Amino acid sequence: MKYIPVTPPERERMLRSIGVRAVDDLFRDIPDDVRLRGPLDLPPALPDPDLLAHVRGLAGRNADCDRLTCFLGAGAYDHFVPSTVPHLALKPEFLTAYTPYQAELMQGELQALWEYQSLMCELTAMDVANASMYDGASATGEAAHMAADLTRRTRVLVSTAVHPEYRQVLRTYTSHLRIAVEDLPAQNGVTPPEAAERALGDDVAALIIQSPNFFGCLEDGQALAKIAHTRGALLVVAIADPISLGLVRPPGEYDADIVTGEGQALGNALNFGGPYLGMIATRESFVRRLPGRLAGRTVDTEGRPGYVLTLQTREQHIRRAKATSNICTNEALNALIAAVYLSTLGRRGIQDVAELNARKAHYARERIAALPGYRLAFAAPAFNEFVVRCPLPPEEINRRLLGDQILGGLPLGRFYPDLRDGWLVCVTETRTRAEIDRLVGCLEALQ
Amino acid sequence: MYPKDLRYSKEHEWAKVEGRRVRVGITPFAADRLSDVVYVELPKVGADVAFMQPFGVVESVKAVSDLYSPVSGKVSEVNEALRDRPEIINTDPYGAWMIVVEPRDVGELKQLMDADAYLALIGEQRS
Repeated sequence: MKYIPVTPPERERMLRSIGVRAVDDLFRDIPDDVRLRGPLDLPPALPDPDLLAHVRGLAGRNADCDRLTCFLGAGAYDHFVPSTVPHLALKPEFLTAYTPYQAELMQGELQALWEYQSLMCELTAMDVANASMYDGASATGEAAHMAADLTRRTRVLVSTAVHPEYRQVLRTYTSHLRIAVEDLPAQNGVTPPEAAERALGDDVAALIIQSPNFFGCLEDGQALAKIAHTRGALLVVAIADPISLGLVRPPGEYDADIVTGEGQALGNALNFGGPYLGMIATRESFVRRLPGRLAGRTVDTEGRPGYVLTLQTREQHIRRAKATSNICTNEALNALIAAVYLSTLGRRGIQDVAELNARKAHYARERIAALPGYRLAFAAPAFNEFVVRCPLPPEEINRRLLGDQILGGLPLGRFYPDLRDGWLVCVTETRTRAEIDRLVGCLEALQ
Repeated sequence: MYPKDLRYSKEHEWAKVEGRRVRVGITPFAADRLSDVVYVELPKVGADVAFMQPFGVVESVKAVSDLYSPVSGKVSEVNEALRDRPEIINTDPYGAWMIVVEPRDVGELKQLMDADAYLALIGEQRS
């Protein structure tokens, strides 16, 4: 297939047949003063080897987690990616696959998405998951919309321990849907059940929490689910690092109604912030309100198993203005990567990786908290992230650590003015004990 | 096919007056056009419905349509059998009623069509 769509003679023929002399004539209606005069101000074309050297030079100016020792998480996680992931996911058949509308041509892609959905259900202990959303933040926005539809209520309550950027996206998503978003202030790093109970009126569609939450603390999901349900509201649980589900109780087991999340941690590279992988899963009875694509397994006329896109009547191309959501694409390659990642690790493997995260993070947490001037901000149980209050501004600490090739945690003052000395540190399985000790040594030397 | 004692809406619902109540379903024409019905979403008993406003959703293998109430009032019965066997809408559209409404104003039914007018309407839509 040629990628140059028209040859000069073909262009001539087309111009003649519509009766213009030159391509420029087609732009005559654009006012002169807004038209570009002369060529773009670009440097001359480079020979291939020079171009590669130039681009390599530019890329080299980026900081990345191969060169830096990363203690930054806050929604994007530096986990190990097994070599099976690029080997399988980058196969051209998968890499270039388009939306599998034509089931008879796309069995491999459809099966991969179906496997992904099944793995998401197992991971979250929910009945049904879709074939992916854009990212954790937009999936959470979709969950709010879904909850408002299901309950026919107009308010959602979101804990301030939910990722601040998820909350911003949630507000953007709902701003024209007649859904009011209200913050429920976290206390001591977690969502207080008593305050949730007081804030839940009979017009609240959903209580939205994150667990482990933005501060790394585990929420009392069971208590919050019970309170939400007593008031006829749904519990939406967002998960920023799904690897945590190898260790902590999955939301389905404490009766969550909708689980959303960011699937980047599952075998996807940090990718400079995207593309990422939106997860959403729910109860079987809510499947017709679930946004996005859904792959299904069925049998053909001869009884052989096959895969299709199913329940498409919920979607925009059929339901038009009354669709459950206006999402009309997915993150299929990222979902495939997550499926390969989870299949590589297996049930035991994901538990091991989760346990390594928790052990290493707890080791780092104890060592840092023992340093003079440093203390833990919150006492609640944590997974692989924690907040420490620091004797120096966290921005200053990060600046100095960078000199030692360490990427420090997130200074929280930007999002939480009362946590100006708060530093959100993340320790994944990729950090070694020696690296953690080096971080502690550097912090000690800063004093 | 289109009984004389029923009233018909332009959205293809039928309405049957039973004393002080009105039973509601969709017509054979609608069921045929939808093809195989796979799911019906109905209101709860006690819900309010309004004249020619959506009260539910019917989903087939190829389309999803709103269901419109031929009369305003309160829902007094819902056909729970449709939850598990929505396909009876195709096989028996008059038996597969959806809701029973206690109307606020039976006069609204006058605005609907009788069987002859409805036959004329679907005759046009068929051609």
